[in-house]
Amino acid sequence: MELKTIQTAHVPVQYYEGGQGQPLVYFHGAGGLDLEQGFLKALAEKYHVYAPLLPGYGESEECAELRDMLDFTLHGWDVVDALGIKNPILAGHSMGGMIAAEMAAIAPHDVSRLVLIASAGLWLDDHPIPDLFSTMPFELPKYLFHDEAAGAKAMGANIELTDPAFLQVFLVRNARQLGAAGKILFPIPDRGLRDRLYRIKAKTLLIWGESDKLVPPVYAQAFQSALPHARLVMIKEAGHMVTFEKTGEVVSALSAQ
Amino acid sequence: MKFTWFNLMPWPHLPDDFREKNRSVWVDIDSKLFDPEKSHEVYNTYFDLLEYAATLGFDAIGANEHHQNGYGLMPSPNLIAAGLARRTEDVALLVLGASIALYNPPIRVAEEFAMLDCISGGRLIAGFPVGTSMDTNFCYGQIPALTREKYREAHELIMRAWHEREPFAFNGRYTKLRYVNIWPRPIQQPHPPIHIPGGGSIETYDFCIDNTYSYSYLSFTGYLRAKMLLQGYWERVAARNADTSPHRAGFAQTICVADTDAEAERLFAPHVNYFYNRCLHVYPGFADAPGYRTIKTIQKGVLSQYAPLAGFDNLTWKDLIEGGHVIAGSPETVRQRMEDLIKGLHVGNVFCLMHVGDMPAEKCMYSTKLFAEKVMPRLRNIFPEYADDHRFWCKPMAKRVKAGSLPQMQETV
Repeated sequence: MELKTIQTAHVPVQYYEGGQGQPLVYFHGAGGLDLEQGFLKALAEKYHVYAPLLPGYGESEECAELRDMLDFTLHGWDVVDALGIKNPILAGHSMGGMIAAEMAAIAPHDVSRLVLIASAGLWLDDHPIPDLFSTMPFELPKYLFHDEAAGAKAMGANIELTDPAFLQVFLVRNARQLGAAGKILFPIPDRGLRDRLYRIKAKTLLIWGESDKLVPPVYAQAFQSALPHARLVMIKEAGHMVTFEKTGEVVSALSAQ
Repeated sequence: MKFTWFNLMPWPHLPDDFREKNRSVWVDIDSKLFDPEKSHEVYNTYFDLLEYAATLGFDAIGANEHHQNGYGLMPSPNLIAAGLARRTEDVALLVLGASIALYNPPIRVAEEFAMLDCISGGRLIAGFPVGTSMDTNFCYGQIPALTREKYREAHELIMRAWHEREPFAFNGRYTKLRYVNIWPRPIQQPHPPIHIPGGGSIETYDFCIDNTYSYSYLSFTGYLRAKMLLQGYWERVAARNADTSPHRAGFAQTICVADTDAEAERLFAPHVNYFYNRCLHVYPGFADAPGYRTIKTIQKGVLSQYAPLAGFDNLTWKDLIEGGHVIAGSPETVRQRMEDLIKGLHVGNVFCLMHVGDMPAEKCMYSTKLFAEKVMPRLRNIFPEYADDHRFWCKPMAKRVKAGSLPQMQETV
């Protein structure tokens, strides 16, 4: 994958690009793309993949003009336009799924397929999604992974936060990333997507890890009941970071149709 | 020098095993620990103590705003100030303050502060905090990265509402109003003096300097640790070519006075311990929602005081005294340390936290009286050259009415 930068209406945006074939634009979750490099690579064997980093992530500049869901949705389309792509497959994980779904709802004729992986965007009172914003780094693995220990190791969640220099780098990164994510996820990750899902016309695939404890599988059912033509693939022994834990199975499910 | 008597209004009945059984004193504190019937006495005692301080010559008595917080029983500081306005005559009322980004629409604050100013005869000093992350983000749901923009807009709206004398339309991003025309208006024109509590954000330094507001650092970790932060403020004041009047800054300090140093420890150590080791037990995940603090501020190394790296665990009386968290001892000991504080930080306003933790009323009165009689008078004139700087203090009406001044009931009118 190659890391590049394009200018959008507000800020320059960094993105990964690689592979050949049908264009697929992938929107990452609140944690960014650090754990998904392998997934992007595998995906690039089947598609021409573009994976933009949202403003605040990586070298993509923070963007004060992005405040609410509509801003994020239009920013998604701004990126697609800047890349010069027509009728892409839109795929997104978690927060990225929420953005991709909104994009498909606002411009239903411009999306060839929609893939929502462990997507955020809905809220069920009986199944409250854990509060990501008050969760300490060392507590995250239990929500994100089927195999907590392996996940914790991969994300370096057990890092010592007592070294002030390291802590500062960590806090700045966290403030940039989750600060941006908070605009559409805080304090409840619901900005009314449910009321707009009916507009989605693209063929939709839902992919979920069976042991997702952040956005549990009951949310897959909720998406499916609002998108009656969507197909659901549940993946065993995978948590919220299903793209990391079961990379091959996600890519196969995605490319099976 | 101006001295404000302050009480955070802690809940005094947190159990001994509070730390072990609860993850936080704030945000998700166990609501079963609050006993409404007991609170009747707690609230009324706290009011009495504030009113008592007013009789001893403190310049102001203060209230502040916290939500879902075991050491702060004032979700609405204006309700407290309203009660105090009626029960006191000369003392200034310092509301530090109303979190203006939390009111919808924010002109509610312009209205309520105007009411307080009118009721009290111009005794109001108004505070506009951004609010802690616990209050603003986790309890009141404001989006962290947008909190400061919303705050700035609320401030602009309130200021225009106080300054402009014709109805105007306000087309804000967070508040849209077709007819802004507040009624009543404050006695102090164009508005009461404004104090801004800050936690070290550079943006807040500039905001205070630009608007001639007093910058207050409300810390629990004492004056020794505050030096760096206030030094940053004074450097900024100098860099912006503003005057260096000490009234541009305020500082909150926990103070306990007794006849001797040993007596102070004996009397107050348990209550100080209750506050530092029980009331400040805040879950670190709530201390600083990502996006609440600006990147610039984090890069300067300014972090939340509620999630200290070493924790507040098991601070002893000795730790707290030596660390300067608490100034306690005989009147002479306290005077010396207060002088160090005032000169060292160059602050003209001191918020005296004289009720601490679960301190009973009689001990608090004893300490308060000693401070007022034996310490305060000897600290009054530390900055004689700035004695005439009244920009940051209220200007009450000369002739004010007293509460309870109805005429005698006549048989016929």
